[in-house]
Formats: sequence, structure tokens, C-alpha cells
Amino acid sequence: MNGVHDMGGMHGFGPIEPERDEPVFHARWEGRALALQLAAGAWRKWNIDASRHSRELIPGPEYLRMTYYEKWIAGLIELLVQTGLVTRTEVEKGRPAPGTTKAVPPLTTAQVPDLLLSRGVRYTRDVQATPRYKAGDRVRARNIHPTGHTRLPR
Amino acid sequence: MKDLHHHGHQELPSDMALRVKALESLLVEKGLVDPAALDAIVDTYEHKVGPRNGARVVAKAWSDPGYKARLLKDGTAAIAELGYTGRQGEHMVVLENTPRVHNLVVCTLCSCYPISVLGLPPVWYKSAPYRSRAVIDPRGVLREFGLELPQGVEVRVWDSTSEIRYLVLPERPPGTDSLSEEQLAELVTRDAMIGAAKVAPPAKGVRP
Repeated sequence: MNGVHDMGGMHGFGPIEPERDEPVFHARWEGRALALQLAAGAWRKWNIDASRHSRELIPGPEYLRMTYYEKWIAGLIELLVQTGLVTRTEVEKGRPAPGTTKAVPPLTTAQVPDLLLSRGVRYTRDVQATPRYKAGDRVRARNIHPTGHTRLPR
Repeated sequence: MKDLHHHGHQELPSDMALRVKALESLLVEKGLVDPAALDAIVDTYEHKVGPRNGARVVAKAWSDPGYKARLLKDGTAAIAELGYTGRQGEHMVVLENTPRVHNLVVCTLCSCYPISVLGLPPVWYKSAPYRSRAVIDPRGVLREFGLELPQGVEVRVWDSTSEIRYLVLPERPPGTDSLSEEQLAELVTRDAMIGAAKVAPPAKGVRP
């Protein structure tokens, strides 16, 4: 999809404003937002493309207004609800529905170094198909914009 | 309200702080996430990965021609030699800056970044001005970072993907022949490894 997230080449966003001695997180909640996304992702109910798409679906005006981790939280809530890990009512009330049995978190502290620092997710796949083009070939790109997630820029 | 008066010098928790706290409590109460694991994730990104990793890679490449050759041929494997592996650094491509070619890395669609060597991206990298302009006006962007490139220098802009992440190997600055690898690493900045700056020569008065 060619939503507002597809920013390459757009005009009018103004100057870049680098911050001196920038902290890793600007508020405690930003770190928690990142950590919640990764820890909830350990349920393997979605992959990286689905989590990107959930942020790409944020309506344009809101996308432009929100800070980076606000988008992450908005996207995470949608994924949690869509996959049934939580209900929208639970999110609104901030507590589990009555009678909910407590699950066991799939990501433990001991597994964090493996998740972040050693294992990673390898994206290479063995395929049988022969590529039609090779690096350096001149190609003409088609302007294809399906409504789902794509990494094809505008 | 009593606490407000006690802590009048502190900022009130923001709306987002409260929303994220509520979401965390919900997920913890449901047993979906372990709060100690969340602490460990935050600690990792605050203290264990960051641009010092990338700086060591660059300094080694400047000091060891064999390593540099391996780094440019298979970035992922050469970076792993120094122990830097993991999430969002699984497929690394290293781009060499030369007097003729200057590389600049962006993620126009979001914030893809070589986290295993640079840590989490700065706000400007994730911002609309950088994402929009890096591909259409890279020289203007570089000027804003204080880097004016001669017209004869070719600028190559690399748009990151979810899978492939780029690290710029900056030019080694003049006057650094006698520096050790550790001293060289001290000179290397995050912005230089994104391609938004050059590595400055050591300040006068610094002796190896």
C-alpha cells in the first residue's frame, strides 16, 4: 500500500533536526513500548511484516501526528486484539476479563539475550525458481500498489 | 492529588505513559508477558548494543586489510567475527565510502536500521523530514548535517528493507596512522556509519 508511511521523495516535511547526546529512550514508556512489542511477539501470532502493516494502517493524519513509539503501541494493540490475545474491552478497562485463566509467558528473561543478540531471524530461503533478472540489469518498475503490506516504494 | 503537591517539581505522567502502563499491567496479569523479560529487553538496548559495536567494526577494517576485504564481501559473517549478531542485523551489507563515492542509508518506509551494530535508531532517522528527503535531496540533507560534498563525488542512497541492513564504512581520516584500533574506534561516530557525516581527524593535542 502507498500510504503516508511511504515517505521517500515527498516534499514539505521541513528540516532534519538531529538531537545532541540523544538518549536511547526519551521516556520510560518508550522502552516499555518496544519491550512489549517484542515480548508479545514471542507468542508468534504475527511476523515482522504483519507488525509493520499494523502501523501502516494507522490513518494518515494520525500517523503524522503520532510519535514513533505511539505508532508502535497503536499497532501492537490492533495485533493483540486481532489475534485474540486480548479483547478491546480488556484494553479499555486495563484488566483481564473476569474468569480469564493466566497464561505462561513464552519469553523468559533467560531467553532475552538469545532473542536479541544471538539468534535473530534469518530471512534467506532456498528456492527452486531461477531469477529472471540479475544485479545490474536494466528494468522498468511497475507501479503496483495492492492494499496489503508491500515493501515496494511509490 | 496529595502526591501532586509532594512531587510538584516533577512532570505529571503523560497520557502515553499511563496508556502503556495500563497495557503492560493487562498483559502481565494475563500472563502474556513477563515483566522481568521486559526489563531485560530495555536494559539490552540501553546498555548492550549501540554504535560502539559498529565503531569497533570500522576501526578493525581500517587496521586490518584482510578483515576489511571479508567485511565488504560478507558483512554479516565479518561482523559476527567480533561477536555482533542478532535481531535486525541478520543480513548486513557494508558500504565503503571513498573519495569518489559517498553512501547514505535511510529507511523511507519506517525505521529499518542495523541494530546489532548501531543500536536503536535516533529520532531524526525515523522522522518524516529524513525519510522523505534522503532519497530526493541527499546533498541537501548532508548539508544540514554540515557535510558539503564536492560535485564530483557520487552519492549513493540505500533504502533499507526489513531484511537487509546497511553499515557505512567511512573513510579513515588523515593523521591517524599511528593510532591503535581502540583509539580509531573512539573517532568513529554513529552518524558517520549512517553516512550522514565523515569521521573527523583527531583533535589537536591528542597523542597516541
